[in-house]
Amino acid sequence: MIFAFSEDIETAFEILAKGREIADALKSELAAISIEGHGKEEICITYGADKVYSIDSGLQADLIVDCISSLINPYKPEILLIGGTRLGKEVAPRIAQKFGVGCASDCIDFSLVRGELIVKRFVLGGRFIATQRFLRKPQIVTVPPRRFEKKLDKDRKGEIIKSSIELVEPKVQILVIKKKTPEALRIEEASIIVSAGRGLKKKEDLKLVESLAKALGGALGCSRSVAADLKWLPEEHWVGLSGHKVKPKLYIAIGISGQVQHIAGIRDSKTILAINNDPNAPIFKACDYGIVGDLYEVVPKLIEILK
Amino acid sequence: MDIIVCIKQIYDLGQIKVDTASKSPITEGVARKISDFDKNALEEAVRIREKHGGTVSALIGGTKEAAKEALAMGADEAVIYSADTDSLGTATILAEIIHKMKYDLILCGEASIDEFSFQIGPRLAQAIGIPVLTYARKIELNDGEIVVERGLENRYELTKAELPALVTVTKEINEPRIPTLLQILGASKKKITEISPPKPEAGIETLSITAIEMNRKEIILKDTEELAKVILSASK
Repeated sequence: MIFAFSEDIETAFEILAKGREIADALKSELAAISIEGHGKEEICITYGADKVYSIDSGLQADLIVDCISSLINPYKPEILLIGGTRLGKEVAPRIAQKFGVGCASDCIDFSLVRGELIVKRFVLGGRFIATQRFLRKPQIVTVPPRRFEKKLDKDRKGEIIKSSIELVEPKVQILVIKKKTPEALRIEEASIIVSAGRGLKKKEDLKLVESLAKALGGALGCSRSVAADLKWLPEEHWVGLSGHKVKPKLYIAIGISGQVQHIAGIRDSKTILAINNDPNAPIFKACDYGIVGDLYEVVPKLIEILK
Repeated sequence: MDIIVCIKQIYDLGQIKVDTASKSPITEGVARKISDFDKNALEEAVRIREKHGGTVSALIGGTKEAAKEALAMGADEAVIYSADTDSLGTATILAEIIHKMKYDLILCGEASIDEFSFQIGPRLAQAIGIPVLTYARKIELNDGEIVVERGLENRYELTKAELPALVTVTKEINEPRIPTLLQILGASKKKITEISPPKPEAGIETLSITAIEMNRKEIILKDTEELAKVILSASK
C-alpha cells in the first residue's frame, strides 16, 4: 500500500499522479488521505487513488499526525508521500520520528530501481544532488508543490472510507487564522520575475526594476542583500535558497552578482538573463544571456524598447 | 525560563569546491559556521532571557568554534556533540541529551541552510512528547503558556500551547546580534561540555552526492536591442 497526503489539493493531485506510477510498478494499492470537509474525496480517485481515507483533522498538525499514524498501524504502507507544504513538512518528520524511520524532504524525483525506492534531493545549499535510499519502512517522502504533473482519468472508480479515529485534544491550539491578502505576492507562481540586487545604489531605484517587471507583466524579486540586509523589500520578494525557490519561464537578474544561494533558488528557471557591470560576476556563468553594462543605462533603454 | 537552543554547525557552502572527476563535493579545509536560522533561534532565546530571566543552553552539533560563537552571542553554556547521522539519528541524540536537562522551552531554526529538511524541530518535539509550534515569526510568553505567530503559505496562524514546548523560528523573527569584542572575550570563561553519544540508527542512507551541472548558454550580448528580442521570445 502507498499513502498520499496533502492538505493542498493541487499538490495532492500531483503526488497521486507520481504515486500511481510507483503503485503500478509495485502492483500495490494507492490510497489518498484527505481532510474531511474539503469535499475532494471523489476527485482524488479521478486523479489516481484506489481508495480515499477521509480524516477529520482539519488543519491541525497534531491531529493530522494522529490520524495518519492510526492508518499506518493497520495498513503498514510501504511508502508515504506527503505534499511538501509547510504543514506537510511539519507532519512528515513527526510521523517518521514516531515510527523510527527516515524521511526524505523535498524530493525532486523518486523512482524504483530494482524494486527499491530511490530518491533524489538537493543538498549542500542546493548545489548538489544526493541520491538516497531508505533503511526501514514506511519510507516517507515529501514532494515540493508543482514538481509533478497531475493526471486526470474520469473513468477511475474507487472507494471512499471515512476514518473513525477518536481524536484527542491537540496540544497546540489555533487561536486566530489570518489569511494573507490575495494580492500578497506568491513569487513561486510568477511566470516572469525581474529581480534587483546590490547593484542598485538606493532604495528608490527599485522603481526602475519594478517598472521593467510591470512592462513584462512579471513580479518583482530581489536578492538576499536587498531583502535581509538592506530591508528594501519584504521577505515575499526574496529569491534564493533561504528565500523563495522559483522556476519562472523568464528570470531577469539586475545588479545581482549571483551568490551560490541565489543561483540555487533560480536553477529551475527556463531562461535566465543577467544585467551586471562586473564581467566577472558569477551570475554570468549561470545565465543564458547577459549584458555587461550599467543597469542605470540598460534598464531604461530596455523599458523604452519593450514599450 | 530555561531555554535550550539546538544549533547545527554547517560548511560555509560558498566555499565548497567540486571534484572535477567524480563531481562530488570537496569539503576538506572548508570553513564552518552556525546555520543561519539557528542564529535566529539563539538570538530569540537570549532576548527571552533578557526579558524573563533564566538560562540559555546551546546544544551544538559541531565543534568548539561554534560553541564559542554561541557563547559570545549570549548563551550561558554550550554542549557540543558530533552528529554524523541523518535527521532520525540527530533527533534521537538530541532527545537523549535533553532528557537529562531542565528546560521550559526549546528553540530550533526552522531548517538548516545546507539540508533544508525542516525536520529536526518537529522530530525532536515528537520524540520527547511536547507541543511543537513551527515557522514562528513572533513569540510571546506568559504564565506557563506560549503564543506563537506562525507564517504559512497563504495564512498566518496565532497558536498557543502550554510549556514546555518546542518552537522552530524563521529568519523573520529577529536580526541576530554580532557579538562585540568584549562579549567574545567574556565567552571564554563560560562552560563548554563535550559529549560523545553512541551512534544511533539512521533512517536514510546516502548513496552519492554529485554537483548539479550548469547547462546555461552563457551568451554575452552586445546591445540592449538584442536583449529585448531575447526577452520577447522567452516571455512568450
